[in-house]
Amino acid sequence: MRNLWKYIVKRIVLMLFVCFIIMTICFVMIRMLPDQLPRSDGEKALAVQQMRKAWGYDKPIIVQYAIFLKKVFTEWDWGFCTKVGTYLNPVTSHIVQKLPPTVAINVCSMVVSIPLGLLLGIYAALKKNKWQDHVISVVIMLFISVPSYVYAFVVQYFLGYKLGWFPIVVAAGTNYFTPEMLHSIALPVMAMSFSTVASLMRSTRAELTECLTSDYMLLARTKGLTRRQATVRHALKNSMVPVMPMIIGQFVMVMSGSLVIEKIFGIPGIGSTYVSSILERDYSLFLAVSMFYTVISLIGTLVIDLSYGIIDPRIRMGGGKDND
Amino acid sequence: MTNQVFPDIPQEKFRFVHDEKANIHDARFETKPIGYFKDAWSRFKKNGSSVLAAIIIVLLILFAVLTPLFSTYSMAFTDSYYTYLTPKSEFFSRFGIWDGCSSRTMNQQTYDYFKAANAIVKVKRSYEEGAFGRTNTYYDVVVDNYKAVGYVYLNLSVAEYEAARAYEQENSVQLFYPMVDEGKVQQDVNKTNANYWFAHNKKGVATLDDEGNFEPIYKTDDTSADGYAYYTMKMGGKQYQVRVFYYDWFTYLHGEEPCFLFGTDATGHDILIRLACGARFSLLLSVIVSMLNFCIGTVYGAIEGYYGGKVDLIMERIVDVLYAIPTMVLFSLIQLRWGKELGVVGALLLAFVLTGWIGVASTVRAQFYRYKGQEYVLAARTLGAKDRRLIARHILPNALGTIVTSCVLMVPSVIFTESTLSYLGVLVMDTATLTSVGTMLSNAQSALSNYPHAIFFPALFISLMMISFNLFGNGLRDALNPSLRGSEEL
Repeated sequence: MRNLWKYIVKRIVLMLFVCFIIMTICFVMIRMLPDQLPRSDGEKALAVQQMRKAWGYDKPIIVQYAIFLKKVFTEWDWGFCTKVGTYLNPVTSHIVQKLPPTVAINVCSMVVSIPLGLLLGIYAALKKNKWQDHVISVVIMLFISVPSYVYAFVVQYFLGYKLGWFPIVVAAGTNYFTPEMLHSIALPVMAMSFSTVASLMRSTRAELTECLTSDYMLLARTKGLTRRQATVRHALKNSMVPVMPMIIGQFVMVMSGSLVIEKIFGIPGIGSTYVSSILERDYSLFLAVSMFYTVISLIGTLVIDLSYGIIDPRIRMGGGKDND
Repeated sequence: MTNQVFPDIPQEKFRFVHDEKANIHDARFETKPIGYFKDAWSRFKKNGSSVLAAIIIVLLILFAVLTPLFSTYSMAFTDSYYTYLTPKSEFFSRFGIWDGCSSRTMNQQTYDYFKAANAIVKVKRSYEEGAFGRTNTYYDVVVDNYKAVGYVYLNLSVAEYEAARAYEQENSVQLFYPMVDEGKVQQDVNKTNANYWFAHNKKGVATLDDEGNFEPIYKTDDTSADGYAYYTMKMGGKQYQVRVFYYDWFTYLHGEEPCFLFGTDATGHDILIRLACGARFSLLLSVIVSMLNFCIGTVYGAIEGYYGGKVDLIMERIVDVLYAIPTMVLFSLIQLRWGKELGVVGALLLAFVLTGWIGVASTVRAQFYRYKGQEYVLAARTLGAKDRRLIARHILPNALGTIVTSCVLMVPSVIFTESTLSYLGVLVMDTATLTSVGTMLSNAQSALSNYPHAIFFPALFISLMMISFNLFGNGLRDALNPSLRGSEEL
């Protein structure tokens, strides 16, 4: 157990270090770009003037970075929106505003895709080499290879436009989880679920197939367990070892929006904010959202790595050299 | 047993057990030696889906390479009248499919308009429907989109006009049609629309003559042969304004009738050639990226894996940092920072090469860790082989299968990333000479509901590409690394 804690602390320290380096690179590269703050007239001009001074735009880049770090760590001040959203709105509050739609869509997509992926994967493994398995394998290949925007077009055109079952873009408003809202986010949820379902199906199928043919299954059957009992109690449990971390990873990634899907369906989430911050050159917002994505993906990797050890005690964490 | 003594045996009685000339070694192998790649090929051949995928890839590459050579239209071709034309194939249009026509339901005004423009191919049915106390006639018709533009006004220079007139005489076709008397066009917005050449009422419905035909409202000119005016002078006689039927005019300009196999997009580009050039760009980019990453990754991974220890530790930390940068952050940052200096493509290449080699490097590193402690390496070292020789000749060939596989699988991932980025608008590659599949998708998305063909062909292309590259890569992995067979990781 002590080893585990030591490992976790080591990983977190490494993670913070990586974060810091990425933030430095981003900051330096962004500050070297032209047109840092847009000029404006009237009362806003004064505000911009003050901001320039406060953020040290006239000083060398190292000093600017020191000011930035100080502001971030003492006041959690990541700067202001200049192009996207409300002018001079703090970046952090802008990001917080944009989170709910993303989370809502991702949660819905998870609710749909995790059970579906697991069940279909298990089904395919049980029907190994029968036509059901072949159909599922083809579906897996299709859904994994074809880019998500292609399904997005397909569902948008056929279900949204031709059949008219669902609205093409997501309804405005902040009341998620009401029936109308759920109806309007059906298409993006579908488009997002396809690839998750496919990758879950693939790993579940592969793992379960391997478990079903292993020796302990033979032993379980010889002991007198029925096929069903042996499968549920032994094979399924073991096959979930590599699949569970994937699912846990999904939970962490709930906050990071899919850039493409959010753009296609006009979801006002974090992904589309990121895209518009790039397209409209809103540097403070860009830096903050970049760091947001970096941190989320780092935490995701960490949680996935740790969950292996928690789910399966046989996998030792940070035990010795050979595990590193 | 008695000891026999043979005293004088003559020498000629002695004979060698083996004849010196006869073969004394083992029989030669009758079969041909099977090398690594030959062995892999024989395994690959057995995998039906991968072979099919390989054939599809070859076809797609041929499409990308050959289309620009044989295409009627150039990459830079645009036509401001022919935007979002539906696909038309000369061959299939004989059978009534893929013919550039579309079915529409329209009211009387629109029907008259298209009929006057000669665009109506077939009237499926007409019916009357009442609303607000009056009945309107509606038509379900098939419209030829290539003719729906109808007549247009063009401004020609004197030389152009003369040349077109000469062409008319030579080929006995009609290019120019009489000008319309604007005074008789009822609605002001339609005064500049060359299709209102028929008498109509205030609502735009045609007022037919006694025989049920359109009644022309041409401008008259006494000097012309048939009494109609065929042009008006503009810019003090330097320009002629004329009225042409655009289908025929296009035929005159380009030498053949308009026929776009994949249709045209929002700016009137031919989708076929744009798609082929976009595909060529994507393929070329991904192959270059894959090669560069192969080189960098192999060298980096070999050094890491071979030397191990501190060198490995430091190099692995660098990899950790680079690997942790989310793709989007990396690409957008590099586009913002170096997009101008290096150009869009240069910056894109830089971004791909900056982190793309990590996968290859870690594969190579793992293989080196596996093989560097083995006896044969020790033996080679004892015989005096230098580090470089050990790396290149003794250890690296073991990793070749995995490296080749990961390089092949890098191709679809590069295509995917590039198309996603250009789809999002982070990369802007929409110029006369450069485009990519993602850019085409992005441009066509706004018209998805009305003109799905503009998105269909690029989407189909990229889907086929991704599926077949993944299948091909999987087959290649199974063939090159038989020990990994069945593991389903892409």
